[in-house]
Amino acid sequence: MSSRRSRVSEEEINELISKLQSLLPEARRRGGGRASAAKLLKETCNYIRSLNREVDDLSGRLSALMATMDHNSAEAEIIRSLLRQ
Amino acid sequence: MESKSFTTGNRDNPNTDLHGSKNMMASHFLRALFRIQQTSTSSSSFAGRSRRIRRAAYASMAYSAGARRAWSRALLRKLRSRARLRFPRRLSRTARPQRRDMDQAQVLRKLVPGGPSMDYCKLLEETADYIRCLTTQVRLMQTVMDSISSYAHHPMIP
Repeated sequence: MSSRRSRVSEEEINELISKLQSLLPEARRRGGGRASAAKLLKETCNYIRSLNREVDDLSGRLSALMATMDHNSAEAEIIRSLLRQ
Repeated sequence: MESKSFTTGNRDNPNTDLHGSKNMMASHFLRALFRIQQTSTSSSSFAGRSRRIRRAAYASMAYSAGARRAWSRALLRKLRSRARLRFPRRLSRTARPQRRDMDQAQVLRKLVPGGPSMDYCKLLEETADYIRCLTTQVRLMQTVMDSISSYAHHPMIP
């Protein structure tokens, strides 16, 4: 592999990494372009895990909420939600 | 938390190519919730219903991206095999030496569906899309939560 080729790959990788950085919420970003790739990937992993936990948490809360409603009213509200989307 | 309409999105995510798949995600997820509600009985367990809702969440994500993405194809395969959906929860138990980005990539591969078979470049691409989809799904679930609970507190008179 020529050195020119590998430089392009490196640019591509850096671009992909900075794109990932822009997807992290503010609190998880580590100062601009200076962040090492390793730190950034670590934060990305933490962020994905926290999103998985949020899905778990919201599933539980939705489950509890749905339990408190009888079939008819829940149905009506879910349909209304659907129409609002 | 300010309330935002789910489909109009928000300032910090100008990614409009998500718009069509957002609608698909929303309608798939809501239909699944409806089915879960209809097939739930008073003897259904809270945990069982939670698991079904969680599964519906990941299914909506996977269907919204469809065959276009490696992560969604992997997730669809997992869902169709009816295997339990598990994602690594804990940080690696090994000691914390300074990790190179290749080591962190291994950790990331376990978190992104289909990760193990992706090269580094592909992994980075797929991860970005997966994160966008996950955050969209979380926002969707929050919106549904908000509208159902506001109904519970202020039932409308027919």
